[in-house]
Amino acid sequence: MSAIATDLQHDSHEHHDESFVSKYIFSQDHKMIGKQFLMTAIFMGVVAMILSILFRIQLAWPGEGSDFVSFFLGDEWAPGGVMKEDMYLGLVTIHGTIMVFFLLTGGLSGTFSNLLIPFQIGARDMASGFLNMLSYWLFFLSSIIMLVSMFVETGPAMSGWTVYPPLSALPQAMSGSGLGMTLWLFSMSIFIASSLIGSLNYIVTVLNLRTKGMSMTRLPLTIWAFFVTAIIGVLSFPVLLSAALLLMMDRMAGTSFYLSDIIVGGEMLTQHGGSPILYQHLFWFLGHPEVYIVLIPALGLSSEIISTNSRKPIFGYRAMIGSILAIAFLSFIVWAHHMFVTGMNPFLGSVFVFTTLLIAIPSAVKVFNFITTLWKGSINFTPAMLFTIGLVSAFISGGVTGIILADAALDIMVHDTYFVVAHFHVVMGLSAVFGMFAGVYHWFPRMFGRMMNTSLGYVHFWVTIVGAYGVFFPMHFVGIAGAPRRYYDYSVYGDFDTDAYSMIMDLNVIITIFAIMAALGQAIFLFNFFYSIFYGQKAPQNPWKSNTLEWTAPVEHIHGNWPGELPTVYRWPYDYSKPGSDVDFIPQTVPLADGEEEH
Amino acid sequence: MGSKLIVLAVIVLGVIAVAQLMKIYQLSSKLTDRKEEEISNRNNRLNANLMIVFVIALFAGFIWLMVRFGWTGRGMAASVHGHELDWLYNINFLIVLLVFFSTHIVLFFFAYKYVRKEGVKAHYFAHSNKLEMIWTIVPASVLAVIIILGLRTWKDVTADAAPESIRVELFSKQFDWTARYSGDDNTLGKFDYKLTTDNNELGLLTTNTIDSAINEMENGSKGIHSIEDKLNNPSLAMSHSDRDDLMEELDRKGRLVRLLHQMKGRHKPEVDAYAWDDIIQKDTLYLCVNKEYEFNFRSKDVIHSAYFPDFRVQMNTVPGLTTRFKFTPDITTEDFRKTKNNPDFHFALMCNKICGGAHYKMKMTVVVLDETQYDEWLETKEFITFRDKYFASK
Repeated sequence: MSAIATDLQHDSHEHHDESFVSKYIFSQDHKMIGKQFLMTAIFMGVVAMILSILFRIQLAWPGEGSDFVSFFLGDEWAPGGVMKEDMYLGLVTIHGTIMVFFLLTGGLSGTFSNLLIPFQIGARDMASGFLNMLSYWLFFLSSIIMLVSMFVETGPAMSGWTVYPPLSALPQAMSGSGLGMTLWLFSMSIFIASSLIGSLNYIVTVLNLRTKGMSMTRLPLTIWAFFVTAIIGVLSFPVLLSAALLLMMDRMAGTSFYLSDIIVGGEMLTQHGGSPILYQHLFWFLGHPEVYIVLIPALGLSSEIISTNSRKPIFGYRAMIGSILAIAFLSFIVWAHHMFVTGMNPFLGSVFVFTTLLIAIPSAVKVFNFITTLWKGSINFTPAMLFTIGLVSAFISGGVTGIILADAALDIMVHDTYFVVAHFHVVMGLSAVFGMFAGVYHWFPRMFGRMMNTSLGYVHFWVTIVGAYGVFFPMHFVGIAGAPRRYYDYSVYGDFDTDAYSMIMDLNVIITIFAIMAALGQAIFLFNFFYSIFYGQKAPQNPWKSNTLEWTAPVEHIHGNWPGELPTVYRWPYDYSKPGSDVDFIPQTVPLADGEEEH
Repeated sequence: MGSKLIVLAVIVLGVIAVAQLMKIYQLSSKLTDRKEEEISNRNNRLNANLMIVFVIALFAGFIWLMVRFGWTGRGMAASVHGHELDWLYNINFLIVLLVFFSTHIVLFFFAYKYVRKEGVKAHYFAHSNKLEMIWTIVPASVLAVIIILGLRTWKDVTADAAPESIRVELFSKQFDWTARYSGDDNTLGKFDYKLTTDNNELGLLTTNTIDSAINEMENGSKGIHSIEDKLNNPSLAMSHSDRDDLMEELDRKGRLVRLLHQMKGRHKPEVDAYAWDDIIQKDTLYLCVNKEYEFNFRSKDVIHSAYFPDFRVQMNTVPGLTTRFKFTPDITTEDFRKTKNNPDFHFALMCNKICGGAHYKMKMTVVVLDETQYDEWLETKEFITFRDKYFASK
């Protein structure tokens, strides 16, 4: 009898008291888990940003002692404030790993999929609250291991975020390939488990828990983006896991999946018949879809924000869905464009040139649809809207250089140079980070029930975009001048080509100054974020006059999201400024008026 | 330490000061009943104007970079296919510029123009099949051109080298390059990594090198017999882990020597000649202008990448796999210096795949000579073939 009673109570979703631990730590509530992901990601992001400033200092002023560097690295890794070569590579590696996986995969999808999927589809919570909690805690564990790996005696993994074997497989080859690399693989394996559990949960939730009337073609584009992202993740992350497991076998069990005919550190290895290229195929089979795992959620968030703040429907809703699906499909058949100069069969290269350049088409559709959404809009410049416009700009600037890189013949000259570094930082780094900032500013009231300060948001945006372009535009030129990436120091260039050397060095100083500026700008965000959590203005229920369901729920977080019945949906989420309506937005819960047509 | 405390104190005080300012700001918001979610017309206009200022600054910065560093900042190409790549690059770069400038103008202009104004309602415009067709088909046709041009060049660049092109091997290891010319027969000698010994760094395959490799593996100072002696010597005090390490090494060398014996059994002595006339060259790579070269790349330890920026050449060197790239230098170092007006210029070979701590120092100077100079240089190499070196060091 009492069991039935508790069941009933649970069903009615009353606001029942929870202990501190079950509410804030081992929470199974999607809203709290979203916040946990966000907090962890912000912390990891700050760490990775500091790492980048450290190596930018080395690049701009090589060999000059710096108190800042010695403060963080100490005498062990930076005697006299000049970092060691190995540590430089370690910093680059961990910066890349954290930014790509922990901030932009775990952080972005983890935060917003968790927060928005149940809210925007009208569900009480995720399909499995327990798996959701597990997903976060695995993410947390893998973050801790990744951070710990920076403090082991031989240093963190140092073979670049792609950890290509044999370099990463052979501890004799460099110090970071010892314990640091083991921890890296360990951390990433746990991360992948976290990501898979999370993704499966998102897919199931979107498919099964949509509220009454919420058909697939009435879903906000955010949900489409998270849904497709989760599918990409489920299909591609296991391949990285297998790549990592095979690498572990090569490192620990003497197998030769990736190793063949190697003499290292004076030791002749017996491994024969493996191929380092196999690893690259496996890695990039995740690695390329990963770009879209990072990008698509950001594009989804910005579709929502750009529509709300232009007070116009998103242009070409179905084309937007179609292009997300097309990008997702194509992302699986382009991976080898990272490998044009590995000695892979040139004919195979041709195929990948073709498929890669095809991706430009759905991407172009997305960009033009964003721009058309602005056309004849009534734009409200919230900080989120500013970041969204920044995202569209970065997506274009970074996307167009992809045309050059996708062309195998041209890739020969710019492969592994700073041109590539600039390209992917703009198209996936900046776009996704801007999308994430936009999301935080836009959904902050939904997360914390308070508003962030708008003026600080403006300053943050303008400092960030100026800093970001100041870093990455000159970086393209560094690359075209020929500067290889992952070089500790370019003085070697001075022996060959003094013109190119002085160009590289001049630009490196400019880049570092902008990088420091952009990094300081993030302090404004951090302050605004944490201050507003506690002291921000109280948020109204629907601050942006938005149509989607999350704004029909009460401001305070309650278990089950809505008191009483779940909302019923009657229309698509983009009825902004619809002719014949007095107000410029009609929430999805408003039934169609007599004679009104759905879009 | 004192200075660090001061810095910390300044940061803490700064945060407190900003927090206080925020409080004042919020009090004033309360008094004027201003809400964060309501963006004032003034703020909207401010940001709209900043959009225009920003995009102008962005363009100005970009154009400044192009003017300051000469178009894209890359120097002239020094190889036949390099010019072809540069031409293709310029075409692509023009398209990129066109797309970048036009979309950015439209994006930021719309952001500026359509900022919220009192009494102006947004135009409800949900989709248009015609427009969407246009921006599917136009990019698709531009891309078709790019793909066709790109693949044509790619096919040329990666085609097999002509039979008469000169074969040179580039051997990479942490952290230097070694070149091996194929000698008079223009055929590179065969190799096997197991044959690597002190006087056969590249592991070239001949009857003699197999024998000496077996000999070293069995009787060398770190050979199988010496390890066995150590293990069987009761007077040597050894820790368990040292002993395990030795056992492992013994096992490894035992396997390698068995393979070497098999190799010896299968070996055909007539291939020896390919290797004997090869010429091994360190520090500087000499090439002859207007001759096609087929480079064969090898790696001893990890992946490296042979990157000649001026020749527009790049190819990874992969342990266990020979990779190839052909190219024809079409200007001598001397002439190139004149066009660059830089008497200290050298063509470079650099490593462009992360390969360890000293990755950034892994380089080789490349000198392109005209035919007479090249022949003169070859003369000096006439008597230092692999055979000469090998037997001299014995």
